[in-house]
Amino acid sequence: MDKPLTRNFKPDGSAATLAEYRAGGGYEGLKKVLAELAPPEVQQRVKDSGLRGRGGAGFPTGLKWSFVPMGEDAPKAKYLVVNGDEMEPGAFKDRLLLEGDPHQLIEGVAIGAYAIQAPIAYIFLRGEYRLAAERLRRAIAEAEEHKLLGENILGSGFSLDLRLHTSAGRYICGEETALLNSLEGKRANPRAKPPFPQVSGLFGKPTIVNNVETLCNLPHIFRNGVDWYQSLSRTGDPGTKIYGVSGRVKRPGAWELPMGTTAREIIEEHAGGMREGFRLKGYLPGGASTDFLLPEHLDIPMDFGSIGKAGSRLGTGTLILLDDKTCPVRMVLNLEQFFAQESCGWCTPCRDGLPWTVGLLEGLIEGQGRPEDLETLERLCGLLGPGNTFCALAPGAMEPLQSALKYFRADFERYLQPKKVSGGAYA
Amino acid sequence: MILTPDEIRTIRQEAGHFPHPSAAAIEALNIAQEGHGWISDELLKEIAELLGMSPADLDSVATFYNLIYRRPVGRRVIHYCNSVSCWMLGAEDNCRHLSEKLGIGLGETTGDGEYTLLPIVCLGACDRAPVLMIGEETHFNVDPAKLDDILGDSGAP
Repeated sequence: MDKPLTRNFKPDGSAATLAEYRAGGGYEGLKKVLAELAPPEVQQRVKDSGLRGRGGAGFPTGLKWSFVPMGEDAPKAKYLVVNGDEMEPGAFKDRLLLEGDPHQLIEGVAIGAYAIQAPIAYIFLRGEYRLAAERLRRAIAEAEEHKLLGENILGSGFSLDLRLHTSAGRYICGEETALLNSLEGKRANPRAKPPFPQVSGLFGKPTIVNNVETLCNLPHIFRNGVDWYQSLSRTGDPGTKIYGVSGRVKRPGAWELPMGTTAREIIEEHAGGMREGFRLKGYLPGGASTDFLLPEHLDIPMDFGSIGKAGSRLGTGTLILLDDKTCPVRMVLNLEQFFAQESCGWCTPCRDGLPWTVGLLEGLIEGQGRPEDLETLERLCGLLGPGNTFCALAPGAMEPLQSALKYFRADFERYLQPKKVSGGAYA
Repeated sequence: MILTPDEIRTIRQEAGHFPHPSAAAIEALNIAQEGHGWISDELLKEIAELLGMSPADLDSVATFYNLIYRRPVGRRVIHYCNSVSCWMLGAEDNCRHLSEKLGIGLGETTGDGEYTLLPIVCLGACDRAPVLMIGEETHFNVDPAKLDDILGDSGAP
């Protein structure tokens, strides 16, 4: 089975060097792109490949690019920005790609920047990823030395200045318009859309923001072709996916597998199954901002469409497991505390609704809950849901809550009889 | 001036990379914080002036981010992850242990000025939870015994 994204990963965890990356066919995709394809052809091929964004939303990458103004009349200043602000609780896949094979990302950035004709690209990296920052800096310098970045890349006439920006830590920066504000040195509140970043993004210029894993797919699509890329998957969504598992399994970790691998295979075969004494009660399939699924959903392929039909989202593809010894209400409280803290405070439903949610859950757990609190929580899921807020943070925060209220209702109701709970059903 | 000539030069250099100098706000705050430990009001004013921003604008940036400190911190800040996977696997026990061992609560600094204890959101290493950072270094699969090994006797009350 082909594992293009992780093929250069080394058992000792050190980064693939430029020589190692090139020995495995690295930078051949870029070479081909620069020598053989016009920018619109690059965009078309990515559309044909069916690649969808790996940052959580799953938007088709080629389509995203196609809204960037091209040609003579287009602004000369354009930007490609790498979203490396991996802060979704449960997600740790981009860290592995950045630390394990930084040149793969650089090649992907160069291809993406050429496709939209951007002379400048930024990697927006979360501040805590110190090792990734160090390895990226070294790799960027190496690439510049070898004419793979900078002026006149590989003699093609295309030039790209790639810069690393290390952020100072805030979840909202992963939202693409908040990220752009942050990169401009402003408070990272999201922006209203339209205008979309493709037309008016960083410093008001056409900008594409792509996730790390998304860009890492590009070199392989161009080196091996669209048919090959589609053959990697088990379902309609092409390519491979880096799936991860955290929680009480025997071997937590991340694995590159065909898109559409089932959660059962990921959890039981790759993560070694649940630890002794623990049973699986539910799981968040794609990070903190995705709806819970149940053991009965384990055989559903982990791809965008199938997980969507089951009522959740593939998100980042990194599963967080809820076991039978962990209280779902307390788990949801932890998630909502995260979202309440990380809300930028810009729009009212999010700024006020999330602390309200946290307060209700805390009251419930402390034995002060009233039956109508559960109805209020349900109402909040609607009030903070899609369409009522500036960005996707609050709707994302409601996903685990609304699904927990549906699937683990009895656990919420148990807290309404405080005396019987004392200590809870859970350790 | 509190900023050193070196720091001013580096900040100006960073600011030169952008169409507007204010875009280097985070870079500038990071540079200053590296040298001075935290961002005092005086530092904030100096940086704002260098970047052509009002101190209020820069403060709205400085107060927004988890890794910019607007109050004094110890030489090494301990950021323990309290997000979901770490929480499930013992982050609270680790926090309690650290708090007792160092004799400080969250947001406090040890008497010798060595450690400050702060929570942080998901550090992106959930496969090796619980995770925490001490200064620049990230530690994985942490439990109270491992914390004793890492910290030794230093910082003990």
